[in-house]
Amino acid sequence: MMNDIGLFLQTAIIMGTPMLYATLGEILAERSGSLNLGVEGMMMTGALAGFLVGTTTNSPLLAVLCAGLVGAMGSMIFAVLTVSLKANQLVAGFVLTIFLSGLANLIGSGYGNSTLPKTFTSKISAIHIPGLSEIPLLGPAIFEQSILVYLGILTAVVLWLYMNKTRFGLSLRVVGENPSFADNAGIPVTLYKYVHIGAGGFLAGVGGSCLTLLIVPRWMESITAGMGWISIALVIFALWSPARAVFGAYFFGALRGLVFKLQSAPITISGKAFYIPAQILDLLPYLMTILVLVLITLGKRKENRPPLWLCRPYFREDR
Amino acid sequence: MAYIELKGITKRFDTVYANDGIDLEIHKGEIHALLGENGSGKTTLMNILYGRYRSDGGSILVGGVRRVFKDPADSIKAGIGMIHQHPDLVDTLSVEQNIAAGMGGGVVLARKSIRARIEEIAAQYELAVDPTRKIYQLSVGEKQTVEILKTFYRGVDVLILDEPTSVLAPPEARALFENLVKIKARGCAIVLITHKMHEVFEVSDRVSVLRKGRMVYTAPTAETTREILTEKMVGHALAEQVSAHHAVAADAERILRVQGLSVMGPFGQPALTDVNLEVARGEIHGIAGVAGSGQKELCDAIAGMCKVHEGEIYYHDKDITRLPIARRRAQGIRIGYIPEDRMDAGLVGEMKISGNVMLRRADYAARVFYSEKAARAYGKEILDAYKVDAVGPQQPVKNLSGGNIQKVLLGREIGEDPDLLITAYPVRGLDIGATDFIFQLLRKKREEGMSIVMVGEDLDVLLEQCDRISVMYHGRIVATFDADPANKGSIGACMAGAGGAA
Repeated sequence: MMNDIGLFLQTAIIMGTPMLYATLGEILAERSGSLNLGVEGMMMTGALAGFLVGTTTNSPLLAVLCAGLVGAMGSMIFAVLTVSLKANQLVAGFVLTIFLSGLANLIGSGYGNSTLPKTFTSKISAIHIPGLSEIPLLGPAIFEQSILVYLGILTAVVLWLYMNKTRFGLSLRVVGENPSFADNAGIPVTLYKYVHIGAGGFLAGVGGSCLTLLIVPRWMESITAGMGWISIALVIFALWSPARAVFGAYFFGALRGLVFKLQSAPITISGKAFYIPAQILDLLPYLMTILVLVLITLGKRKENRPPLWLCRPYFREDR
Repeated sequence: MAYIELKGITKRFDTVYANDGIDLEIHKGEIHALLGENGSGKTTLMNILYGRYRSDGGSILVGGVRRVFKDPADSIKAGIGMIHQHPDLVDTLSVEQNIAAGMGGGVVLARKSIRARIEEIAAQYELAVDPTRKIYQLSVGEKQTVEILKTFYRGVDVLILDEPTSVLAPPEARALFENLVKIKARGCAIVLITHKMHEVFEVSDRVSVLRKGRMVYTAPTAETTREILTEKMVGHALAEQVSAHHAVAADAERILRVQGLSVMGPFGQPALTDVNLEVARGEIHGIAGVAGSGQKELCDAIAGMCKVHEGEIYYHDKDITRLPIARRRAQGIRIGYIPEDRMDAGLVGEMKISGNVMLRRADYAARVFYSEKAARAYGKEILDAYKVDAVGPQQPVKNLSGGNIQKVLLGREIGEDPDLLITAYPVRGLDIGATDFIFQLLRKKREEGMSIVMVGEDLDVLLEQCDRISVMYHGRIVATFDADPANKGSIGACMAGAGGAA
């Protein structure tokens, strides 16, 4: 039983990792005032790019980097549309997801049967930390994971420091909260938006590549299966904080893990076996998000509200 | 020698010249008042100096050197800072975070040295504020102090203030002026954009007057008079206004009674607390107060547009507190409303005048089909009756000027023959001609027995137009006065929260 729970926690963290990257990326974009709904699409292209580069170069570093770059390129479409051309963010994001998902499925259609070389998977698979990974319950979850999992946590820590302790992070918050003040204070609003939308795309791409390189690990059509959307919901769940995003992502990862677990194993209550329909479990993350949204609204804490200028274009002379 | 010289500054918006070849000199150690009516181009001119707008012609010299400012960052580097009408800060961040935002320096924010520097500047200019407090916890006056500190933190020695007193109560405004004098004494140049004459004489050393985008007059303040400035500002001499207030009899018929009214704001904070108000037949009842003291909520509550938490609103002794607007109309309750934001709750900008004037009509609400022909006829009627400068009733409202928009709105509301009209800032942003027209109209309606609630920002104007004035402070009505100029001091004190006896 202890072993089971340990294994479950380990799975939860692995499953949560792609969403963690994507959520952290979306937090950056939203803090700059850009609600990019293209996360699902950017994750898809990242997943495919990571897989293709991985199979051809056999280098995890290159694979993850390229996945990130492809995600960032995708996000630049969004940035040009919404920041420079002031298009509606919701429409631009939707279109981006539809376009990039389609594109990834099209290009990837011939690669459904390829697999990553063994030498590649061994480089990226879980690192056993001798001794520590033997700790019951939390051992495998914390000390027996892939480098990608650890990088995800590191990214969250770095971003938390960036947003709370550096002047760039402060400027970022001002851009999202009040761009005209930012402009007055000499903060380059457009540059900040581009950079953070781009960084968001990069992280979404990296998140996508975790699926094809680590979790599945091969290319499948529509491989993200809604993870991008959940990541956007997770941003609200995390109240725009990278620290809370870690817990949110792993929690939602656990819910995903539960889907597989409970599909195969019935719950026995007084001798009777019940199978919980997978659809109900799939619903859980979204239900949780709705719950959190309601709680935030009831809480009425000023600090918990979204960036004031989220989803609004900024025109300098429009005053 | 002048520290800043503007030469031939020109700025066009579409085909309208907001600034037309303006020359201006600003010296160090002086407060320079920039006087003009709304829309005369004062703010545009200063936004050009501040790098917010690009001029279409002309040049800027700072210390004798020609400069081109691409954006505010450039002008801040050149030592020019601007404080806009409404404090422009991030509510959820602290004072020190707001001040330090956008500053250079190391990657990591050095909170301790930032705080030390803020305290040093605050001490130097004798400005007081706690750097650790969040902006949403501050009053408007305190926010303005933060804005001033913010610009000084950036090493600014030319300070532009855009109508800073419009959101301040008179005592707060006096405190600000005292600060400005101290700042000037330390060798800074200050430009004070204003349309209030008394501020010019209270604080400025020199004054320049803009009219319709042109510089028409510059003089040392000591060598000019109120009359000259007024004439330059409006282009002709104005007849002396006399206070026209009528005493309201104690036993006069009450059209509106508000009792113990409380309304909650969007975050659950009280927006109105225990408000009592009585308006008599044929009375213009002014509501004075610093912007954001609950005027909007009070108007919305009376007009039936927001949820009342506690208390009652009586119209001719009939409780209408929770009566929806459609039911009110069906029951013959006639309350007209000119909201603060004309183009938001007042009119639909994209729609034609004809459609807009029909929106509140009872026969429009009662029918399924809508006749554009009838709407145009009614629109034409209003355009003629109120001398609206429009192509015709088929013109979209958003293409009209501010004064004409307000006339259409007034025409529509008065057309429903209300016996109570609520107007919030009825002449805000209007030129003198339209202002005169509207005030005359309201006075005429009062003579005909209409009761009017008028929310205003300029106490002098309220004293001129109203019969009684109630003062709001922090969501309460703290006192009600006769609109006698003799009461001006007490009203001003109440606006700043002095409470007091009526």
